[in-house]
Amino acid sequence: MSDSEKKKPNRRDFIVTATTAAGAVGVGAVVWPLVDQMNPDASVKALASTEVDISAVEPGQSITVLWRGKPVFIKRRTQDEIDSARAVDLSELKHPEKDEDRAKNPEWLVMLGVCTHLGCVPLTDKGDYGAWFCPCHGSHYDTSGRIRKGPAPTNMEVPKYEFVNSNTIKIG
Amino acid sequence: MSDHEYTPKSKVGKWFNDRLPLLTLANHLTDYPTPKNLNYWWTFGGILTFCLITQIITGIVLGMHYVAHADLAFQSVEHIMRDVNYGWLIRYVHANGASMFFLAVYIHIFRSLYYGSYKSPREVIWIIGMLIYFLMMATAFMGYVLPWGQMSFWGATVITNLFSAIPLVGESITNWLWGGYSVDNPTLTRFFSLHYLFPFLILGLVVLHIWALHVPGNNNPIGIDIKKPSKDTVPFHPYIVIKDAFALLIFLLIFAFFVFFSPNILGHADNYIEANPLVTPAHIVPEWYLLPFYAILRSVPDKLLGVIAMFAAIFVLVILPWLDTSKVRSTVFRPIYKQFYWFLVADVLILGYVGAMPAEGLYLLIARVATAYYFAHFLIILPFLGIKEKTTPLPLSITEPVLGGSADMAMARNNPDFKEKL
Repeated sequence: MSDSEKKKPNRRDFIVTATTAAGAVGVGAVVWPLVDQMNPDASVKALASTEVDISAVEPGQSITVLWRGKPVFIKRRTQDEIDSARAVDLSELKHPEKDEDRAKNPEWLVMLGVCTHLGCVPLTDKGDYGAWFCPCHGSHYDTSGRIRKGPAPTNMEVPKYEFVNSNTIKIG
Repeated sequence: MSDHEYTPKSKVGKWFNDRLPLLTLANHLTDYPTPKNLNYWWTFGGILTFCLITQIITGIVLGMHYVAHADLAFQSVEHIMRDVNYGWLIRYVHANGASMFFLAVYIHIFRSLYYGSYKSPREVIWIIGMLIYFLMMATAFMGYVLPWGQMSFWGATVITNLFSAIPLVGESITNWLWGGYSVDNPTLTRFFSLHYLFPFLILGLVVLHIWALHVPGNNNPIGIDIKKPSKDTVPFHPYIVIKDAFALLIFLLIFAFFVFFSPNILGHADNYIEANPLVTPAHIVPEWYLLPFYAILRSVPDKLLGVIAMFAAIFVLVILPWLDTSKVRSTVFRPIYKQFYWFLVADVLILGYVGAMPAEGLYLLIARVATAYYFAHFLIILPFLGIKEKTTPLPLSITEPVLGGSADMAMARNNPDFKEKL
């Protein structure tokens, strides 16, 4: 087709384009509420933080609490466990993170007890690193909750938390 | 559609048919010319239709007693089992019906693979079939979550977490699927809603599947094109109807055995423990019909690649009509493909077996080899074999070996009568 034959846009083309564009916006506006209704709702989001009493936890013990429907491991680590976590060379790690960054207070490790592979709850004091082992697909975590062996891509997640006082942790 | 025009005999029938030609459709379905050499592997279409209807009817009834709530679902299922009149029967038919449905669909799919039913001009039938299969897996998975036992909960957790492997948006997608930060009540209620919807989508696709089938007509065990109607065909009713009904009765014997004598053998004992988000069962396994894909998922040591491999295992089936380059449909005339076909059957069974075993040591090694072979079959062997394989000669018609007058097919082929028919 030569340039001279090319149809110049006329008023009808403008109307078609404008109608299509307005229609697309309208469809989007109708579809979005139908999609967004599936996202976490206000009542789910309202359960965003929880306070945990940790006064009864002895060194070497670990407790599991539920936060946002997910288990959170609160582990009071022994000196041996802290030392072994801090002695690891970062180059050995699949997802390099310093133990100092994961456990601000070295005695207390707080993290989501959710395997980063497909979301199972790892077993405590199991596996090749004497810490956590996921029974579903065989991921091994060390005493800092870092992935060492198996299909999980990242370390177990450390949630936002703070010590309200020496006996209470607020998660979230 | 059949070529002849149909006019109902009665006046009322004619009046109605002129306005909505349902009677023409019914006539088409009864007269539908079917290859006369269809064997019992062709009866599974009817069996599958029966399975779908059974699941829908028992499902609607169960929905009258089931409560989709995280605190009540488990008890409501026990209530169905203990209190509701015949609730135990209806639930066991529904639960085992899912397994029977998959048993039949796997036979149906492997029938297609053996006789080349996915090849031109039946590609669209095959693709619709694969869509149905995919929806079946989604429906079965969501249905398994509804009793809210330990396997329900952790199966749902593992499968929905597959989507977290998607880079960047993975976490948002899983939170969207869950309606929260973990599998919980919002997840259960939406799964119930979709579990109720999907069977009707499947039903719609089944109508399209059969419609698409009735355009070229059935493939047949020797896989050649036949004239319809001709000496090579029989009307669907009563010939195929009665054969399908007989096969269905045999199938129902097996179905009833499971329902009445071992209704829990295909399930997991862990699912009679109520869901507990703090404890993962020691060994999570999906239902048996998903095991081969589960084995493929676990055989890849990387999370994202494992998920991709699993979905690719289904996708290679969708594009199969273009991966298999051989023009000859039936395996009967493909001596080398026949061997590879049975290797594939064995490979899928092995994948299913290792999928049920822990992913470690020798099992993991076997799973990896079997996964590699699965993809090699579709991506390397099939395209290559279609070009290289020397197939044996095809008969000209279903009746030729009988009516051609000679056991020697080459002679029959040289017979001018038959040449004319070509």
